[in-house]
Amino acid sequence: MSTTEAAASTGTNGNGASGYRWVGTRPVRHDGLDKVAGKARYAADLNLPGMLYGHILRSPHPHARIVSIDTSAAEAMPGVKAVVTGADFPEAPPKGATRNLMCTVIARDTVLYSGHAVAAVAASTRREAKAAAEAIEVTYELLPHVLNISDAMADDAPVLHDNLFTRGVEPRPTEPSNIAARTVYERGDVEQGFAEADIVIEREFSTQAVHQGYIEPHACVVDCDQEGKAVIWASSQGHFMVRSSTATVLGWDTSRIKVIPAEIGGGFGGKTTIYIEPVAALLSTKAGRPVKIVMSREDVFRATGPAPGAIIKMKVGARNDGTITTAKAWLAYENGAFQGIAAMLGCMCVVSAYTLDHLYVEGFDVVLNRPVNVAYRAPSAPAAAFAMDSVVDEIAERVGMDPIDLRIHNCPSQGDPTPYGPKWPMIGLRECLEAIRDSDHYQSELPEGQGRGVASGFWFNIGEASSATVNLNENGTATVITGSPDIGGSRASMALMAAEELGLDVHLIQPVVGDTEVVGFTDVTEGSRATFATGMAVVEACRDLKEQLRKRAAKTWDCDVEEVEWVDGSAVHGPGEQEPLTLAAITGNAKRTGGPLGATASLNARGAGPAFSVQVADVSVDQETGRVTVERYTTAQDAGTAIHPSYVEGQMQGGVVQGIGWALNEEYIYSDDGNLENPGFLDYRIPVASDLPMIETCIVEVPNPSHPYGVRGVGEVGIVPPLPVMANAVADATGVRISDLPLSPPRVLEALTAAES
Amino acid sequence: MKYAAPTTIDEARTLLAGDADAIVFAGATDVVPQMRAGRPEPSMVIDLKKIDRLMSVSLDGDTWQVGAAAPSSALTSNAAFAADFPGLAEAAGLIGSDQIQNRSSLGGNLCNASPAADSVPALVVNDAVAVIAGADGERRVPVADVVTGPGQTSLAHDEIVVCFELARPAGRTSDAYLRLIPRTEMDIAVVGAGVRLTLDDSGSVSAASVALGAVAPTVVRVPAAEAALVGSSLDDASLAAAAAAASDACSPIDDKRGTISYRRQVAGVLTRRAAGIAADRIRTRNGQNGVS
Repeated sequence: MSTTEAAASTGTNGNGASGYRWVGTRPVRHDGLDKVAGKARYAADLNLPGMLYGHILRSPHPHARIVSIDTSAAEAMPGVKAVVTGADFPEAPPKGATRNLMCTVIARDTVLYSGHAVAAVAASTRREAKAAAEAIEVTYELLPHVLNISDAMADDAPVLHDNLFTRGVEPRPTEPSNIAARTVYERGDVEQGFAEADIVIEREFSTQAVHQGYIEPHACVVDCDQEGKAVIWASSQGHFMVRSSTATVLGWDTSRIKVIPAEIGGGFGGKTTIYIEPVAALLSTKAGRPVKIVMSREDVFRATGPAPGAIIKMKVGARNDGTITTAKAWLAYENGAFQGIAAMLGCMCVVSAYTLDHLYVEGFDVVLNRPVNVAYRAPSAPAAAFAMDSVVDEIAERVGMDPIDLRIHNCPSQGDPTPYGPKWPMIGLRECLEAIRDSDHYQSELPEGQGRGVASGFWFNIGEASSATVNLNENGTATVITGSPDIGGSRASMALMAAEELGLDVHLIQPVVGDTEVVGFTDVTEGSRATFATGMAVVEACRDLKEQLRKRAAKTWDCDVEEVEWVDGSAVHGPGEQEPLTLAAITGNAKRTGGPLGATASLNARGAGPAFSVQVADVSVDQETGRVTVERYTTAQDAGTAIHPSYVEGQMQGGVVQGIGWALNEEYIYSDDGNLENPGFLDYRIPVASDLPMIETCIVEVPNPSHPYGVRGVGEVGIVPPLPVMANAVADATGVRISDLPLSPPRVLEALTAAES
Repeated sequence: MKYAAPTTIDEARTLLAGDADAIVFAGATDVVPQMRAGRPEPSMVIDLKKIDRLMSVSLDGDTWQVGAAAPSSALTSNAAFAADFPGLAEAAGLIGSDQIQNRSSLGGNLCNASPAADSVPALVVNDAVAVIAGADGERRVPVADVVTGPGQTSLAHDEIVVCFELARPAGRTSDAYLRLIPRTEMDIAVVGAGVRLTLDDSGSVSAASVALGAVAPTVVRVPAAEAALVGSSLDDASLAAAAAAASDACSPIDDKRGTISYRRQVAGVLTRRAAGIAADRIRTRNGQNGVS
């Protein structure tokens, strides 16, 4: 697309950004050509001279004590250069996040899930490494295991950690359990609320653990030198996180490690932690050679992710006029083998799209013998929304109100209290509801035999730390270096904001993701934060540069800097006595006016704007086989401001598609002996393209006042509504409400058959 | 692991006979994923795609000769073949994805001996005969007799399926194949149903074949369903009887892809629907009531 076309496309969607020259346009992403041409370099693509291949041996048991590990046979195998076990790593503290990370990377005395890393080998070839790893003799003493929430919470459950005592319970329990924490949020008096309600609906819901399903398995190459320094090439959502986490696991100082970000083939939250880098680093140190580790798909499913399954009990009271007054929720979330905060997040989200006088929300984080949770787009919110928005749908049906109107009637606005404490800042939920209500889709007549479902979803979004360096080159171009891996088009967004600030054609800006030694500390690309927070750093650096450019023009013109304005990429002399100086003219002459121009900004971004999405779907259900077909789907989402509308739409569509997969077919299937039966994309069914209609998008723009361009962040909330949207649509199509996911053909047919008899 | 690409059947057989651990492959669309999933590597893999006869698809008089290693896409893109066996062509077009279908073959789909193989019920209802080359020359075996259990065939180690012989259907005959998968493609049948019907001048069924996949250790032919259809005008009662017979003929397992009760129920539904499609094809081709 040429510059002119790009500019001409301003406002075809996301047109709230009117008045901007670049923000809101759709240039081809700077990294696009390399990606479609297969030239982009992912971590697994790197090969170094003398490089070895690492292979990790994983536990075949869900819960066992490691009695002994004998590596002697493996060490004698051909091609083997190094072997490591948990004993080669520093001792982990008795509890806490550091222990959880260290013991996830490699098991110490106990394996806590099938797939838990136990030992590793580096050898000259992949085959030699695998053969040697399989020759390591591990003696296990099997322990009883628990795979689901109900079993793990039972009084007689086998306990994973004998030093885990439930937090949030008074008095503190004297016995350890699998319940890591209890979280409560409350307001008003729920019993009074239910007594005053005309309608009370009480239901129980369950969702299954799902994987983020990124196409690129985790991969890294680590090269350690004799001075004890390591260079890591890795695919991750944050290379500074890779540096600090690897240092933590190895007990190293962070300054020993440099991390070079590889291109990332999908993360969705799943690459906000590490699994393999410290193992490769230790193997490389022992062998004195670079070591590459690439996980297999099976390893990815058995040992990374997932997003947790949950059980949620909802009791909601409403008046006959559709006012929802009261909600009581009980939530229990799987945490995997180590404690996390899944239930706490679920508690914060579960009723956030509604104003309530009375609420009592109680959540339980539960450990069990599965891999430890890691983030997945709006973690914990989808299951919570599934429960609440299914019940809200029933309320709308009972009071005879349109489900969108009912949601508008109960919609929070700026200044209302959130369920978890603070007041809502400016939010766009009402605008999203209205956008769906007014959409072609919602206004269209529902085709015969189909069902329609709607739901809304909330996600916090976050700020955190970001850095950016912007250098102006002598030919009038700019290089924008940030520390945020680009997982959703953020390079293009950074370039657009820089273009807007500097008045420079976006194609003259080269956005770069810099390694840990060329750019300032930057937190992980998570919480929909990159365009928001790292974008703020880019804008701040550009504003610094504009000051410098004005000073250079003032120096050239020998005038007061106050007389110089920066207009459309040129320094303009206010009194009009000088011809404007373009950015290229100033940078070309920079050596004579004080040297090269560059600026750096590092900040903690405050004021992340909460995100909402409202979605509608039409489905048909094969009443004889239980197959659900998505016929039409529309999503509205508040982007704040869409910097690059195409990539905003891409995020919206991607979230919806992953949510549809979660709702319809995705689930971990464990055998009774604790092994995952579907560790591959054949039987772990993410949607394929032909399963889906075009996901129609409607970008809503209620600008976030805390960001210079109004950005909220768009990466996550899109996955929240699809679970209840699909359940509500299936209920509308069949008259049967299913409260257990996934809505797979056997489950739907079973429910339809049961309803018939 | 050695790789061999013989250009003649004899050469392939000699290689196979000389190495008890060698295997043959056509598309390798099952073998490669199986090895990735931990199947031990054989000493040698013998690629059959360089042998002309195994790759050709031709009409010889009234008999189609389909090379055992010919790619699925050679069948789905062959209009004359697809007109004679629309159900079989459909089944070949359901295996994997477009890219897979440029490699996958009927011979491989049969000899992999998965109970869920899509093309096998469609071959069985069309009375396909497998031509098998062995030490004593060639023998002809009904496709239904090749697979003896999951992963097991009646072939000797040094035997190779060369091609399939399919007699062109008589005038008022057609077939259909349906499968249930949770997705729309890139999946394995939870249940598959192949049906071939012949209608007489009055539109009644004069002959019927019904075969089910993924509901038993091997593909199941369902004589009771065939009996329910023959002589009927495909009225609701006959179709319901055929569906019930199909459900009864299932001896499925509970696994990650489906439950016993789900597979039984859906086997009946797909049998009824496939019969309807086969009949519609005859009627559409020959005018109403199947009268030409």
